[in-house]
This record gives sequence, C-alpha cells and structure tokens, in this order.
Amino acid sequence: MLIKNVFKRFGGVKALQGCSLEIEKGKITALIGPNGSGKSTLFNAISALITKDRGKIELEGEDISRMVGYKIAKKGISRTFQEVRLFKHLTIRDHLQIAISDDESLIKSFLVFDGISDKRIQEVLDRVHLDKPLGTFVTDLSYGQRKLLDLAIAIAKPHTLLMLDEPVAGVNPRLRKVIKEVLVRLSKEGETLLIIEHDMNFVMDLADVVYVLDEGRVIAHGKPKTIQKNKKVLDAYLGE
Amino acid sequence: MLENYIIHIAILICIYTIFSVSYNVALGYTGLITLAHVALYGIGAYTSALLTRAGYPFISGILLAGVVAAIFGFFLVYTTRKLKGDYLAMATLGFAFVAYSIEINWTGLTRGALGLPGIVKPALFGFRIGSNVEMLLFVFIVAVISIAIMWRIVRSGFGRLMEATRDDETGVEVLGKNAFAIKAKAMMISAFFAGIAGSLFAHYISYIDPGTFYLTEIILLLTIVIVGGAASMRGSIIGAVLVVVVGDVLRLFDLPSVLIGPSRHIIYAVLLLCVLLYRPRGILGRVDLI
Repeated sequence: MLIKNVFKRFGGVKALQGCSLEIEKGKITALIGPNGSGKSTLFNAISALITKDRGKIELEGEDISRMVGYKIAKKGISRTFQEVRLFKHLTIRDHLQIAISDDESLIKSFLVFDGISDKRIQEVLDRVHLDKPLGTFVTDLSYGQRKLLDLAIAIAKPHTLLMLDEPVAGVNPRLRKVIKEVLVRLSKEGETLLIIEHDMNFVMDLADVVYVLDEGRVIAHGKPKTIQKNKKVLDAYLGE
Repeated sequence: MLENYIIHIAILICIYTIFSVSYNVALGYTGLITLAHVALYGIGAYTSALLTRAGYPFISGILLAGVVAAIFGFFLVYTTRKLKGDYLAMATLGFAFVAYSIEINWTGLTRGALGLPGIVKPALFGFRIGSNVEMLLFVFIVAVISIAIMWRIVRSGFGRLMEATRDDETGVEVLGKNAFAIKAKAMMISAFFAGIAGSLFAHYISYIDPGTFYLTEIILLLTIVIVGGAASMRGSIIGAVLVVVVGDVLRLFDLPSVLIGPSRHIIYAVLLLCVLLYRPRGILGRVDLI
C-alpha cells in the first residue's frame, strides 16, 4: 500500500499535513506518535471513514482514494478500532458469520441457509485463543475477550491488509502476550499488518518497520532500532 | 351479533399484525426510526382501492399496493440517507404529512376528504369473498404468509446484516457491506408488507379517506411495537392482539361515540408510557430502541 501526501484538516486543526507511507507486503509496519499526531485520522482516511482533503492512496497498485468505505473494505482492508466496535445485540457466531461471508444478497440468503459452519467459526476463535460458546452475546464478554473477538473479526474478514488500532490498549499482560503471539504468527503466515500502538516495547519488539508521526507529518521511518536512536523521535515522542 | 363483532376484531388483528410486524422489520430489526409507516400503509390502501375501482383485478391491486409502497419506502430511505435517530424520525414525520396533504388535496385522484367509497371485497380466481368469515380466513392466510416471509428474512444472513446495521452502521461498512443498500432493502420489504396491510384494510372496510391514515394512527402502531417489543415478531403479534382488543373494548361500554376515539388514544398513550417506564423493552423485545 502507498499513501501519498495525504492532507486532512478539521476546522482550524491540521490533522494530517502531507502524510506519506509505504506499507510493504508481508511485513509488520507500526505507526507511532504522540497523542493527536494523526495516527487514527490516517487510519480513518485510509478506510474512508473520513474524507481526506488531498492525497492519494493505492492498494496493490489500484487507486482507492475516491472509493467509499465499504468498497475499500471489500478490496481487502480489514481494520479494528481504538475503542472496540461490536454489534451489541449480536452473538459471537453472528459477528463472525458477517465477517466471513462476502455475500449480502437478500434473495440468496432468503433461499439458502447459512453456508458458514460453526467449525469454521471455531477455527477463527481458536486462532485468537478466545474460548467462549458461539452463542454468547458480546455484552457478556469482558473487555479483553471483546478485544480478542475484534481481532478475530478482522482476521476472519477476507483481506490483504490488516490495520490494527492499538490492539493491546487496556489489556492485561497475559492477554497482551497472547495478542503478540497471534500477530507474530500472522506475520509468519505472510500477512501484511499496519499497527498503531502506544506501547513502545510492544512495537519495537514486533514491527519490521516503524513510521513516526508528529503533527500530521511523518518525521521518521525505518527499522525499530534506528528509530529508537533518532533524535527527532526522541524529542517529539519518546522524550528520553 | 357478538360473533360478528369477534370476527371483525379478528380481521383487524390479522391486518394490524402484518402492519406491525412490517414496522418492526424497519424499526426493531434495522433501527430505522421512521414515523412514515402509516403513510406507506395509506399509499398501499389508496393504490389498491384506485386500481380496483378502475376495474383492475384485486390480485393486481394488492400486489401493486405492496410494490408502490416499497418504491416510496426506497424513496424515503434514499432522501433521508444522511439522517439518523431523532432527525430521521422528524424527516419521516414530514413525509407522512406530505402524504396526508396529497391524499386530502389531490381531489382528482383521491376525492380528497370525501374519500373513496364502494371498494370491492377481495376476489381471487373468480371467487369473490362475501361474508366476514371468508374475509377472516383470507386475511389470516395472507397474514401467515406475510409473517412467514418476514420471519425467514430476519432469520437469514440478510436479517443478521439488518441487525448489525441497526447496532453500528460504520461497523458494517468496515466489514465490506453496503449499509445503505441493507437499509434500503429492509425498508422496501417493510413498506411492501405495510402496503399489503393497507390494501387488506381498504378492501375489508370498503371505504377509505385521508383521516384513516392520519398521524394519530402512528401512535397505535408504535404502541403495538413498543408493547410487544422491538426486534421480536412474536412480540408484535401479541402487541397487535392486545392493543386492538384493548382499543376496541370501549365499544362494549355505553360511551358516547365522540368519547370513544379520544378515550382510545388515551388508553394507547397510558399503555405506551407504562411500558416505557416499567418494561422499556416491551413484552418480548430484544433490543433497546433508545
């Protein structure tokens, strides 16, 4: 994926000021920066949840800049949110059936019963180590379990790029380890990941490439070890 | 006499069951806070009445009643696609006002306040329904078929998408599903069956005027759905039985006719308030509307 010169302004606030990134296939790319640096805005601009003012976004050579949100998702972008977004009246099974199925035809679904088996859904849950009955309503899950389900949904949805917004924010150390293992395994399987994360140790351990954003601009990018020594980064973010 | 009265109530229950279940498809299952459903019901009634008065067979009248209402349903969703919650409710209320104004002012088509009298009883395959018992059997069959179709839809994969759209439209879009298309289809299904219910009502009562589909009717419909419970078909059926019976029971008392109408609305309002205060999800509701 190529993100070229993306601008976004909210009234007088310049959220993104010519942000450019290149996300390599099969690698884990991390996006870090202080609060308000534009990370989540960039995620929202990529997935067209907000309209950017300028700039170009390409996915596998195709310009997706002007596409609407659901078409971008159909093209293969799967994402999670900083605040877990689940359908509050639906079960785990419902969530994964929606994520896995790429069919929204009324007539077909009227005539044919669900083609997605519980076995397939269970396989996805096993990948994220979520051990709960499929009929459990999401309101009956703990925060950590909802975080895992959110990750499972993003993995289950057909995709070429997985964008995770703070996947370990607010979770306990044990769960953080589980999520880290899941992400490492996904990377080994050849998945392309773009991650926003505040936990520096987590990012530096996991990422192949790190981009640092400050005031809506990329101020540095490179391998984690290089980034850790970059003066601009230390000044803007790490403060060490 | 009492037998005829019970049959009349049963026919109304069947019609209101189709009407309220169709409303629940839009409101409870898809989260479309619409107040235009009575207008769609009226559009169905007028379409069917006008067609049969022009000499077209009943079957084309009832089917086109559904189709025309569905087209208006699409129009409604399309024009209000950027609105949600209270704003959507207000816009759809505006649509209901416009529909009422057209019904009362387009006298060349609807005869305005004079209404359309002499709407024929349903006739199918050369058999014309004459008695109320036959009418009851007919509306009961139509109600069973309509509810079976809507039940299948809400229990299908598409129904799951409707519920997901109600809970979080952005979440649906992020999963690659077109939330607008889902809402439009759900509204069209809902409007189609509201149109069918309107047609049945017109052909049963044999007279309609704009007042039949005035905004006060939305209170009745909301009462049925809220008392029965949002996103519950069984709830809507129970709600329809309860509200129609409670509303009509006043006839058994020797009240002056000028008091029956307002008293009925007071009963609906009290019922609605009690449910909202003490059992916000209604009898069998699965979701909170607010």
